[in-house]
Amino acid sequence: MHFDMAITGFVAIYIFMLAAFGGWVIIGNVPAILHTPLMSGSNFVHGIVVIGGIMALLNASTVTEQVIGFFAVLLGAGNAAGGYAVTDRMLAMFKTSGHQPALIHARHPAKKS
Amino acid sequence: MESTIAHLVTGAADLIAAFLFMYGLKRMSSPVSAPSGIRVAGYGMLLAVAASFLNVFTVDAVAKPHLWINLGLALVALIVGASAAWFKGRSVAMTAMPQMVAIYNGLGGGAAGAIAAVELFGNKTHGAGQLVVTLLGGLIGAISMSGSVIAWAKLDEVLKKPMRFPGQRIVNAVVFLVSFGIGGYIVFVAQSGATPLLPMASVLWIFFGTTLLFGILMTLPIGGADMPVVISIYNAATGLAVGFDGYVIQEPALMIAGMVVGAAGTLLTLLMAKAMNRSVSNVLFSNFGEASKKKRSKMKGEEKPVEASDAGIAMRYAKSVIIIPGYGLAVAQAQEKLYEFVKLLQSAGVSVKFAIHPVAGRMPGQMDVLLAEAGVPYDLIHQLEEINDDFATTDVALVIGANDVVNPAARTDKSSPIFGMPILNADKAKKCYVVKRGQGKGYSGIENELFYEDNTYMVYGDAQAVLVKMIEAVRGLGAAAA
Repeated sequence: MHFDMAITGFVAIYIFMLAAFGGWVIIGNVPAILHTPLMSGSNFVHGIVVIGGIMALLNASTVTEQVIGFFAVLLGAGNAAGGYAVTDRMLAMFKTSGHQPALIHARHPAKKS
Repeated sequence: MESTIAHLVTGAADLIAAFLFMYGLKRMSSPVSAPSGIRVAGYGMLLAVAASFLNVFTVDAVAKPHLWINLGLALVALIVGASAAWFKGRSVAMTAMPQMVAIYNGLGGGAAGAIAAVELFGNKTHGAGQLVVTLLGGLIGAISMSGSVIAWAKLDEVLKKPMRFPGQRIVNAVVFLVSFGIGGYIVFVAQSGATPLLPMASVLWIFFGTTLLFGILMTLPIGGADMPVVISIYNAATGLAVGFDGYVIQEPALMIAGMVVGAAGTLLTLLMAKAMNRSVSNVLFSNFGEASKKKRSKMKGEEKPVEASDAGIAMRYAKSVIIIPGYGLAVAQAQEKLYEFVKLLQSAGVSVKFAIHPVAGRMPGQMDVLLAEAGVPYDLIHQLEEINDDFATTDVALVIGANDVVNPAARTDKSSPIFGMPILNADKAKKCYVVKRGQGKGYSGIENELFYEDNTYMVYGDAQAVLVKMIEAVRGLGAAAA
């Protein structure tokens, strides 16, 4: 059995299209109050690049590849860890105080655009 | 056998991670569930990173002899990169958040560019399609990296002024075309089998060099007021580069996460640009703030300074106050003092609201975060479209460290670079107090008519010091009455 999948041609385009649509829909409903944490949160999500770096580095066979791969992992890890740290700090400040959850939904009706 | 199991486990882990990322981002769309949203996404990241080490069982035959060294390098890079960024991210002041997001985004762009570089230098791509996608991933990643670093430098005020020189657009276009042309040349050489003019490695170095240079040149002339939009663009760009890399290394988690961020970041960019009533290309390619410099003489009236204590007392006896915070509040770290003052006013029976402009501060929502940090409940915080009609019936508008977002020139002056941007109608309030560090123009360098209006009074000084004086004055009143 082969669990290794080859993503080529249209399959890749389908994945890109559906993921892009998903991202668009997810952000469309976000109130302005969360724009900064959200930008930071999506910044954290593309920190997944670190696993690409790990895969590239593990497959490196020359010194040039090793050096560049090392930097890919180093930078990617910084993106992921730093992105998480700042997003978590920002979001921790959104304390709910009692009656407010209902209010937020009332104050942010579905965005027209 | 081992490689089959490794593929199965990493495949499943990536699938779960991709789901957790999307679910986490979805949870971030409401303030109530947002803190758990980032944690959900965090678990996805940990899972995917842990599973990626199973790739030791699937490495190419040529890389097998280097496996232990590579594994060691990967662990060192992971631990050093993650812990350095983690400690910095935990310790940095809240006001420095925009530049931290910029720099972390730059790291991601750099990583994406580096992955593309490994594939290119190792000549690992198969076919023209993959080569083109790899080059695009490298191009976008590298631009995003050097551009984000410049954005960081501007926000951190390492670079104080936009750098402009004659013919800049032409130079930028030439540099971009050169790096794009080199990319095309690489594809041509690979396809035709022709001998390149230089060794391939040199061509690749030039490709990445010119691309990095383009990112720098493109960001240098953009004014600081536009940085939120620029960071958002680079955030989307990094996502796109990560998605392309995912295709090249056949890693669906990267493809999905990268493309989700690419789309989400694009939408966020458009929303922000719309809030400023400017197109994205206008932000990137026009020299914001240039046009207004000649018009100083046109201002009629003069700025009328008042003492902080007088302004504080006037607000104590007002019925309603709307506060418009801006970047100056963040710089002065005065959000807690501001809320203390607001609580004093509220206990005296004054109705107080906060009005947040979509592009107040250096990042969308930065003011919301600052006020949240000070403990301001969010039912006091109103966005532009909700509150703008209330100014006409409000006694006092208090502008703290904001400038361009209350500039009436956006409504009336067709020649102004911010013409058409929706503004907060602070000038419609009966009285307007403006807390400002000193005379001078806003971050975008545009004169503000509001400061010269008859019913506007200027309170000069650092926001923190001014608020302390206001608080003392109002407290003094209470003590005198008692």
